[in-house]
Amino acid sequence: MTTVQSAPTLPSSEPARPVLEVHNLVKHFPVRSHGLIRRKVGDVHAVCDVSFDLYPGETLGLVGESGCGKTTTSRVVLNLQPATSGTVLFDGREISGLKQSEMRRLRREMQIVFQDPYASLDPRMPVNEIVAEPLRIHGRYEKSGRRKVAELLRTVGLNPEHGNRYAHEFSGGQRQRIGIARALALEPRVLILDEPVSALDVSIQAGVLNLLEELQDRLGLAYLFVAHDLSVVKHISDRIAVMYLGRIVEMATRDQLFASPAHPYTQALISAIPIPDPVKERARNRIVVTGDVPSPIDPPSGCRFRTRCPKFANQLSNAEQQRCIEEIPGLIDHGQGHPAACHYAEVVNVL
Amino acid sequence: MTAPDTDISTSRNPSGGHSADDALLVIENLSVGFPTEDGVVQAVRGVSYTLRPREVLGIVGESGSGKSVTSLAVMGLLPKSARVGGSVRFRNDELLGLSETALAKFRGEHVAMIFQDPMSSLNPVYTVGWQIAEALRAHHEMSKDAAMARAVELLKTVGIPRADERAHNYPHEFSGGMRQRAVIAIAMANDPDVIIADEPTTALDVTVQAQVLDTLTTARQETGAAMVLITHDLGVVAGQADRVLVMYAGKPVEIGTVDEIFYTPRMPYTLGLLGSLPRLDATDTERLTPIVGSPPSLINLLPGCPFAPRCPLRQPICDVEEPELRPTTSATHVAACHFSEQLEGKKPSDLFQATSADDVLPDAEPSEQQARDVRGEAAAEQLSGGGQQ
Repeated sequence: MTTVQSAPTLPSSEPARPVLEVHNLVKHFPVRSHGLIRRKVGDVHAVCDVSFDLYPGETLGLVGESGCGKTTTSRVVLNLQPATSGTVLFDGREISGLKQSEMRRLRREMQIVFQDPYASLDPRMPVNEIVAEPLRIHGRYEKSGRRKVAELLRTVGLNPEHGNRYAHEFSGGQRQRIGIARALALEPRVLILDEPVSALDVSIQAGVLNLLEELQDRLGLAYLFVAHDLSVVKHISDRIAVMYLGRIVEMATRDQLFASPAHPYTQALISAIPIPDPVKERARNRIVVTGDVPSPIDPPSGCRFRTRCPKFANQLSNAEQQRCIEEIPGLIDHGQGHPAACHYAEVVNVL
Repeated sequence: MTAPDTDISTSRNPSGGHSADDALLVIENLSVGFPTEDGVVQAVRGVSYTLRPREVLGIVGESGSGKSVTSLAVMGLLPKSARVGGSVRFRNDELLGLSETALAKFRGEHVAMIFQDPMSSLNPVYTVGWQIAEALRAHHEMSKDAAMARAVELLKTVGIPRADERAHNYPHEFSGGMRQRAVIAIAMANDPDVIIADEPTTALDVTVQAQVLDTLTTARQETGAAMVLITHDLGVVAGQADRVLVMYAGKPVEIGTVDEIFYTPRMPYTLGLLGSLPRLDATDTERLTPIVGSPPSLINLLPGCPFAPRCPLRQPICDVEEPELRPTTSATHVAACHFSEQLEGKKPSDLFQATSADDVLPDAEPSEQQARDVRGEAAAEQLSGGGQQ
């Protein structure tokens, strides 16, 4: 899996070169035994053969349930954790295996906003310092730093006069805005947003989502938006990749994914999300998936979703099921206009 | 969740009467205060509602709106330091002020509760089956074997596969969804009349949430219980509830049937909440309309409507007088807003702006005058800064 094949991504109409290319990314974490000699007894297959491209100015949503590997993917892409195998190209340059100093230069271009605004800000630093820190580290603070910090705070909708306050004096939404200001300080081209709004109340969340959209329009940023909430991902993304147990199971433009979901997991995921409209909600037919996500230490053979797949259980004959058990489905187009990793992919309207 | 059962459809659109006979749980003017060094935090400031048999009442609100504290007060589960006032009656029996032993009889047998985090509501050192049996034996004379047999039956009802083996597992051997189902089994154990579910699916993934919501429906059908469903997820409420109570700053600000609340809201806060939701069924990609600002501190709350600083309809009277719940579209659809009739036919985007702005920060220790100034500034900034895109 170390060989670089052409990534099974969307045939994009955009002429631009992707700013970020991820090919066959794999990340395994060792599982060690208890006792004195902690032998390696297995692997957590966190990310398996994940490939995608991110173009300038677009938002790619990476969605899935807890444990599906979406956060690990974002960390490996940033080289915060080394990949087991696979390649990540930024601007056509391989970044896995870069030296620390080279990586640091690259970090100016790629920044991350974390999920928990209570844990990701240093409680002992005033906000001005939190936002100035990346500038100082990269030697860009100097004379204009103060003005730059004030401007950044204004950009994210905060009052620069409050810059000498500490993080605990701000609400959750405001803290997340501080996190965004810090990420923007070095004028990156790619922002990785790891569940940036899931800790916030809806009325606050909407403001932060609007801010992210506005910043993208203004600064031409590319977002890798990692989240579990499909409604949020639908709202903000241009393209969406659905992950299940370490693999991308379906990838499509936003409109395509919701109009014609082809993978049984995508269909179940969409149909499981309640719609805040009583009449529509009462009329919906839910595809209920049984059981829980299997352990990533010992994932099912063949298609990883087959243990919970309603199609596998109810519609397929024994001979057809055998294929799901033996053969890993590739992420390919089965005639629905976008790739889906299911041998028997078929569009079902679930909204 | 597939097509609501007939029981629900009869209790949907309940007749307007608030007569005491058909009421299961009557809460009147419930207030809860927590004394702190800075003063009393008025977490709940006068909540009244009536729960009728077999009805599902959804309570929605943001964090800190007092929705959980209300239900903890009903169950008598608040710490001793809490100051609880008002009245909670279960079939004409007053529950507030009862001794712990008297309350224990009500808990489980008449009113059961399901908490958000199933890991902390199950005891890690006992098997799941034992814990369900314990709930049974607390209220009924029965042998251990009979209780265990019933526990296995209950686990089957809530959809645990191989229930007879699984009953001997400890909670850590269950997944999150299965744990929550085990908690639902405990809640069902004594055929309660009321189940209070406090964010029962918040900690779960969506596909598991769908399973657990199904299980809750099963639990209601099996026991015939009414349910209070506390959640911040308006989608869950839309699918599950018959009536909805919207809370803000410790008070109900709007109560009505689920259709009234979602289609004809008469309180700007409700409308604002609906407008700030990213929706799966949206066809266009318009910007969301957030509610600018944040909820007020519940210590030394200022007079007037607590939503006024964030409200686009704010008038001078809103800063002086806190509105009472008044009937709007129907006698049972009540809203606490001086200008609720102005919301007729309004969409969220008519009132709220698709802004990315944030409120100004409240001062660390606002004196009343300072706080007033901040409020004024907030409104001014909202007016001037709202349009900057």
